[in-house]
Amino acid sequence: MKTIVQKINNLTIGFQSQKGEQISILKNISTSINQGETVGIVGESGSGKSTLALAMMGYVKHGLFTISGECMFHSNNLLEMKNKELENIRGRKIAMIPQNAGQSLTPNLKIGYQIDEALRLHTDLNQAERDGKISELLNKVRLPSPETMAQRYPHELSGGQQQRVAVAMALAGSPELLLLDEPTTGLDVTTQAHVLELLNLIAKDTGTSMVYVSHDLGAIAQVSDRVIVMYSGEIVLDGPVRSILKNPIHPYTYGLLKSIPKLSLPGLPNSMSGSQPQPGSIKKGCSFYERCEFADDDCKVNSPSLDFIEDLNTSVRCFKHNELLNLNKLDSHNVKSIENRILKNEILDLSNVSISYAKQKFLDQLLNKINDTNPTVKDINININKGETLALVGESGSGKSTILKSIAGLLKTKDGNIKFEKNKTLSNDLKQRDPSFLRAIQLIFQNPDESLNPNHTVEEIVSQPLRLYFGLKGKELKDKIIEVLDKVRLGEFYLTRYPRQLSGGEKQRVAVARAFAAKPDIILCDEVTSALDVSVQAAVLNLLQELKEDFGTTYIFVSHDLAVVRAISDRVAVLYQGRLCEIGPSNYVYKFPSHPYTEVLLGAVLEPNPDIKPKLVAEDIVEEKPPENGCSFQGRCPRILGDICKNEVPPWQTVENGNSIRCHIKIEDLKNQQITN
Amino acid sequence: MIKKKEKQKNTFEKIYEVIKTMASKPSGLIGLIILIFHVILAITSPLYVPYDYKAIDPTLMLTPPSSEFWFGTDSLGRDVFTRTILGGRTALTVTFFGSLIALLWGGSLGIFCGLVGGKIDDIVMRIIDAFLSIPWILAMLLIVSLLGTTTLVLIPALGFFYGKGIVRVARAATHDVIAKDFIVSARARGHSNMSIIWNEILPNVRDAIMVEGAMRWSWMLLGFSSLSFLGFGVSPPTPDWGLMISNARGLMSFAYWAVLAPIFGLSSLIIGINLTADAFAKALGIDRSTKAPV
Ligand SMILES: Nc1ncnc2c1ncn2[C@@H]1O[C@H](COP(=O)(O)OP(=O)(O)OP(=O)(O)O)[C@@H](O)[C@H]1O
Ligand code: SF4
Ligand code: SF4
Ligand SMILES: [Mg+2]
Repeated sequence: MKTIVQKINNLTIGFQSQKGEQISILKNISTSINQGETVGIVGESGSGKSTLALAMMGYVKHGLFTISGECMFHSNNLLEMKNKELENIRGRKIAMIPQNAGQSLTPNLKIGYQIDEALRLHTDLNQAERDGKISELLNKVRLPSPETMAQRYPHELSGGQQQRVAVAMALAGSPELLLLDEPTTGLDVTTQAHVLELLNLIAKDTGTSMVYVSHDLGAIAQVSDRVIVMYSGEIVLDGPVRSILKNPIHPYTYGLLKSIPKLSLPGLPNSMSGSQPQPGSIKKGCSFYERCEFADDDCKVNSPSLDFIEDLNTSVRCFKHNELLNLNKLDSHNVKSIENRILKNEILDLSNVSISYAKQKFLDQLLNKINDTNPTVKDINININKGETLALVGESGSGKSTILKSIAGLLKTKDGNIKFEKNKTLSNDLKQRDPSFLRAIQLIFQNPDESLNPNHTVEEIVSQPLRLYFGLKGKELKDKIIEVLDKVRLGEFYLTRYPRQLSGGEKQRVAVARAFAAKPDIILCDEVTSALDVSVQAAVLNLLQELKEDFGTTYIFVSHDLAVVRAISDRVAVLYQGRLCEIGPSNYVYKFPSHPYTEVLLGAVLEPNPDIKPKLVAEDIVEEKPPENGCSFQGRCPRILGDICKNEVPPWQTVENGNSIRCHIKIEDLKNQQITN
Repeated sequence: MIKKKEKQKNTFEKIYEVIKTMASKPSGLIGLIILIFHVILAITSPLYVPYDYKAIDPTLMLTPPSSEFWFGTDSLGRDVFTRTILGGRTALTVTFFGSLIALLWGGSLGIFCGLVGGKIDDIVMRIIDAFLSIPWILAMLLIVSLLGTTTLVLIPALGFFYGKGIVRVARAATHDVIAKDFIVSARARGHSNMSIIWNEILPNVRDAIMVEGAMRWSWMLLGFSSLSFLGFGVSPPTPDWGLMISNARGLMSFAYWAVLAPIFGLSSLIIGINLTADAFAKALGIDRSTKAPV
């Protein structure tokens, strides 16, 4: 019999609405965490996963209160304990690593000092013992040379290293239970894979129980023994990781897994319609009813209970779980293959584009020239054909957004030029660009919260380009707005809504509508799905693809997510430190031979499958600046050849399928090396 | 998904909504009542003043309050009640228009600085800081002694001095929105600067600027009354609280009424404006950082 560390019984947490109603955001949660077990809690934003994680350390956010139930840590109910008693548990027996913990280290205190402080607070060790413990902790989180590391300041560490320090601090009190809330969200793919591996090692080393909260099934799959799926404040599925991810017997989980783009499957994943209901809006019936493809009338009036299925060791909240049990396998699900009518017409041509953020000296400013021998982005040569989707991929800071901004005219190029439709050179200065070129190129941003004016209604937002470019007014304008909104599947009643009254997916649809209202030839998409929940992401990707088929638009699609890029793009350009590494048709870029950097990126992708482990081939160092000479990837390249990589810029080599790789290693050798290991 | 349909509110409905929220808290309600009372009084008082405000009667010097003279009379035998209910008119008018001017120039310059940023912003803010370091009362005295104390001088001069704070607030609010992607998006579409200011920036900074303007109003009122008190505001025999306090303060020990009535008038108006501005800020969801003068 396993020891239970924490047991939650019938926990309901809610708030008082303005009308005085009690609205629950966690409903009747019952589960337990065993010793040494890692439990993943997954759900979309607003499903209550963070509220549950906080309750697990006896914390209920301001404005919320416990309606019923208890949260037992050994034999104490955390939710009834006094603050004084909780202080003795938090940090010592239960520790938490919040989102962005790495970035929130105190900037002006040395790493060693910060860990020492955690030790002083959470242990009874004396100074000498603590000094030893600091090294031990830094070792435990696999940071190189602990002594020198302890002397550094947070800004002298990379994002991944900062996150490791945060883990070390959480381990200071040797907790029995470690709660992690989105610990890798916001980190680069490679860094993320390294941090997850570290967590696995720690779980094995220390036997600490962990609760890992995330919206990312890929990350959950890599660390969890057991997975809890939450929807609308309820547990809908709870069982061993393999059973949940390989044979999900709840329609929500099933749909969620189908809507995740996967590296192994080209084409767009199926999307799930609708969005999660607002808390308190479901009075009876199953909370997933509106979005469920298996629903029948029974589900509308009766609420399913969480039933334990002995054979699978899984609890599920669905009347129809038997049907799902016999359903076809997930990996044979139908994805829509994309077929773009790519014309051989060149629509955009970047030649030798370099972009610098260097501050201009006064004299240079007068002469309007930029002096920078090592610009942020350098030597970009890309042709884009009409109707094509070109993806730019690379880690944070690789210059993806920078290139988009230059194409949009928001940033001056240092060298090179950008031509539109073969011979029309786009001016470097936005003010001098021809209005028709401005109309032809539209932007969609990552975060619709930032890209939509919070004080404008949907009608005003979509009317902007229509008025500016086509001078529409009155009824004509309104009709056109309705037509455009209809294209993005938003009804007329959205006209008077403000962005704050829309869900994430709806907001992004409005942003898409605004871009399409200009009748653009090219749309620049900057991480357009990364702020969205997985189930919504697939819907937005599908929408973009349909619109493209209708209008023949060309997309330049920036993303750090290789699986998303695989799903939507025709061609992929891989960037490292503002330099191109590889460019080619997506089917071929995702196959060997690849540029060593592409290989690293592909290896770090987290698939929502516990049996596909990421391959970590390079260190997760982050470089501040691109090297002055030689190959841009020399600092991290696992296949580096030596001086030639450091001194000479590698040549472009083209594989027969049209894929170009920029590396000193001969294509043949690259292929042999990559296929053998 | 949000099922509730929300009608697009026009400006009047929005104003109504804000006022309703303001009045829903006791402090906001009291503030509004005091302010509205003062405004109505200022507009209508000439219609029902019991006596002529400038009628001097030496025989009635410093009469204590009675049924005939509710607030007594002052050292020249003028009726204090008459002068008190008339005494806020100039102050309210001057400071109201002064605040509007402060809002206009402070708001525009602040938004401009926030928008252009860089060197120009630096230089302008330096100049503003330099102005801020001059004690305003000295500068005001200089202006008034050069140009006289007519309302046409006082309104723009006060408006100028009290606009400096608004520049800061408007600039900071503009800085906050300027980096947002919806501004970048408007730029990339090719909207003119004017259109970006009007459509994208203004709706997002308006609330903060208006709250600051309301705050400045009560500060300005205090400033104006101080000027009058020093004899640089309105000229006698025009009734004005500041002036009345100044004239009567020496006699306070035996004719308290002559000084208490204008003090009550002035302080209740300032409190009223303050409570209203506070409630206004809360109704718009803005954190008020500027401290009230009282
Ligand atoms: N305004 C700026 N001033 C100076 N340097 C900048 C500026 N904006 C970006 N950079 C630098 O330019 C490089 C490229 O940045 P860019 O934003 O294009 O990266 P990205 O690939 O879009 O990254 P992410 O995935 O994080 O969005 C980074 O090193 C970044 O620090
Ligand atoms: S109970 Fe019905 S509506 Fe709910 S998930 Fe199961 S099938 Fe769908
Ligand atoms: S050129 Fe050298 S450093 Fe660059 S990717 Fe190839 S092997 Fe690695
Ligand atoms: Mg970016």
